[in-house]
Amino acid sequence: MPQYFNIFTRVQVRAPVYPGVPLPKGRLPRIGKGGYPSYWLGKIGDAQIGPIYLGFWGLASLMAGFLAFLIVGIGMLASVQWNPILFVKFFPWLALEPPPPGNGLHIPVLWDGGMWLIAGFFFTMSILLWWVRTYVRARDLGLGTHVAWGFAAAIWFFLSLGFFRPLLMGDWSEGVPMGWFPHLDWLTGISLSYGNFYYNPFHMLGIAFMYGSALLWAMHGGTILAVSRFGGDREIDQIVDRGTAAERAALFWRWTMGWNASMESIHRWGFWFATLMMICGGFAINLTGPFVDNWHRWAVKHNIAPVYPGYGVTDPAAPEGSGDWAVYPYLPVGDPGVYVPALRDGGVQ
Amino acid sequence: MKAGNKKLLTLVAAVGATTLVAGCEYTENLPFEWPFFHESHELGAPGLGMQWVINPKHWRELEARNVVPQPHPPASPDGPRASEIYQNVPVLGHLSIGEFNRLMVAMTDWVSPQEGCTYCHQPDDMAAEAPYTKLVSRAMLEMTIHANESWQAHVGETGVTCYTCHRGNPIPEWVWSKPVPNTIPSMMTPLGQNMPSWHTTYSALPYDPMSLFLEGDQNIRVTGSDALPVGQRRVKTKKAEETFALMFHISRSLGVGCVYCHDARAFERWDFSRPTRVTAWHAIKHVREMNNEYINPLLPLLPDQARGPMGDALKIGCHTCHQEAYKPLLGVSMLADYPELASSGPKADAEEAVEVAVADEAEAEAEE
Repeated sequence: MPQYFNIFTRVQVRAPVYPGVPLPKGRLPRIGKGGYPSYWLGKIGDAQIGPIYLGFWGLASLMAGFLAFLIVGIGMLASVQWNPILFVKFFPWLALEPPPPGNGLHIPVLWDGGMWLIAGFFFTMSILLWWVRTYVRARDLGLGTHVAWGFAAAIWFFLSLGFFRPLLMGDWSEGVPMGWFPHLDWLTGISLSYGNFYYNPFHMLGIAFMYGSALLWAMHGGTILAVSRFGGDREIDQIVDRGTAAERAALFWRWTMGWNASMESIHRWGFWFATLMMICGGFAINLTGPFVDNWHRWAVKHNIAPVYPGYGVTDPAAPEGSGDWAVYPYLPVGDPGVYVPALRDGGVQ
Repeated sequence: MKAGNKKLLTLVAAVGATTLVAGCEYTENLPFEWPFFHESHELGAPGLGMQWVINPKHWRELEARNVVPQPHPPASPDGPRASEIYQNVPVLGHLSIGEFNRLMVAMTDWVSPQEGCTYCHQPDDMAAEAPYTKLVSRAMLEMTIHANESWQAHVGETGVTCYTCHRGNPIPEWVWSKPVPNTIPSMMTPLGQNMPSWHTTYSALPYDPMSLFLEGDQNIRVTGSDALPVGQRRVKTKKAEETFALMFHISRSLGVGCVYCHDARAFERWDFSRPTRVTAWHAIKHVREMNNEYINPLLPLLPDQARGPMGDALKIGCHTCHQEAYKPLLGVSMLADYPELASSGPKADAEEAVEVAVADEAEAEAEE
């Protein structure tokens, strides 16, 4: 039955449009009545579109998100002198940047980081309100709140990047710029300045869980499609009522790797891999700076990083006879006089 | 679908995918998209992946751009000194008249082949302190000789000549100057970043790291040498971006990747680094000195066409000499053929002797 190799669904269930269970008292109404079954959407999912429930939390979240989006856009547009052509041309490079270093946690001026803080506030509000929405929607449908807590893990990571870590470092400048290329440069910047993120054990775990999530998805999707011909698509039934589909799927993995997940546990594997990726990521970020300054050094100290033959190169700036390279003059924290280069005045000397 | 059709479709897809992938050949540093035509050279211990990847096609283009001109026929060091024949030759007066004239011809060929002698000399009075280019070329001669004499940690025995940078242009092609700021007022504080630039390989990093590090002497080092933050939290991600931008400028200018100098698992560690990093360390100091001691003092002399859009001097960066080669002119020494540029000659010694004599005299006077 080769249809299971198809990337499109082969079975489209067509039924009268179903608006869903009645809403609890006091909820705002749903939007729309549920759309005409769509053949093409049915190829990749359900054929019915809507109705959608926005409600108070969804509406508030969208409004906050729109404000954040607008403020970032205004900041970007201002940085190209309000020129819409330059805005489009340089869009990948543009960003709303956090305040310059040395500003601490003070409220910065609006046009030098203040807008970043405001946009960040509304962005955070938007995401938190959307979290409430996922929680309330699940409860109203009588579901468990697993999706909300999975989302909360991602929010923990998001807040670690833009809020918790800058707080721990005592400086807003450590936050992530809101822009395409600039946030990638920030990523390299933080890894370079704190001694290589690849030696950060929580980064290691996060990566393992991330790739692991993709692997588990592929394994699970493949397994269920493969045993669908035996009723494996009724996987939730087969948690307790194990049929030949579940038996064959289990046998397959026992034969290939000696052990198998069960019809229930594979979903817990998936949930926890995805969630732990974000939980570990948050720890990786928050530990960097406040608690660990150089991850490579940390890994050497704890016998994680191997030592390869070197070249006998020493630091030419080290004083004669000190032999090593351990001379790292630091700028004092919070000394704006040292930092601010001519560049910030637009390149005029 | 018929089996034949399927086969044809597979073939077309395979050819299409190959063409797409082959068409993506763009940079030295992405060998995986067309691995057969790249050479890679191991720069570090096995297992570290410190590879210098070379695209032979690009390398041939680089070689074509870096052909050293035929040396001029050598001149006799004997005969009267230039200072005895010509007036106003403070830098090269110690050369023989033959050497002096040979160097003048060479400089004309290297720097102003179209414009000729009169680019730097007044035809009616070659000794005059005009036009301004004469004063500039004197400073540049001093700079070149000083580089060969005192900065061997950077230029080695290979040394530099006028040709290293000029390549037949009165003003070297690869120079930098201050970027033009926003002309229309906008409420955002200019950031000096988030714009594409050759120097930062079109990333959004600060686009003028040269002003910070190759003219100013901002601290390059951002990575700590202790595992834990001893004493204080170090706010430095933004500073790291500036350092990173300078490293991009160096990498771009030299046509090499990070691992030409660094072991990428711990960029800051000198004991993991290659000796080339020590050369680069001296090079940064050397370039900074050239800009501040030789280029910027000339600013009042410079007409508008010899300045950047912001009215500052056109300055030296790593690209000025290297021009995308790991060694300028791929390491061929022109200095060997032009020893006149290798040292400032006995003049310095004579000056020193005069100083010693003056000091002796003063001492004798004090004793009296």
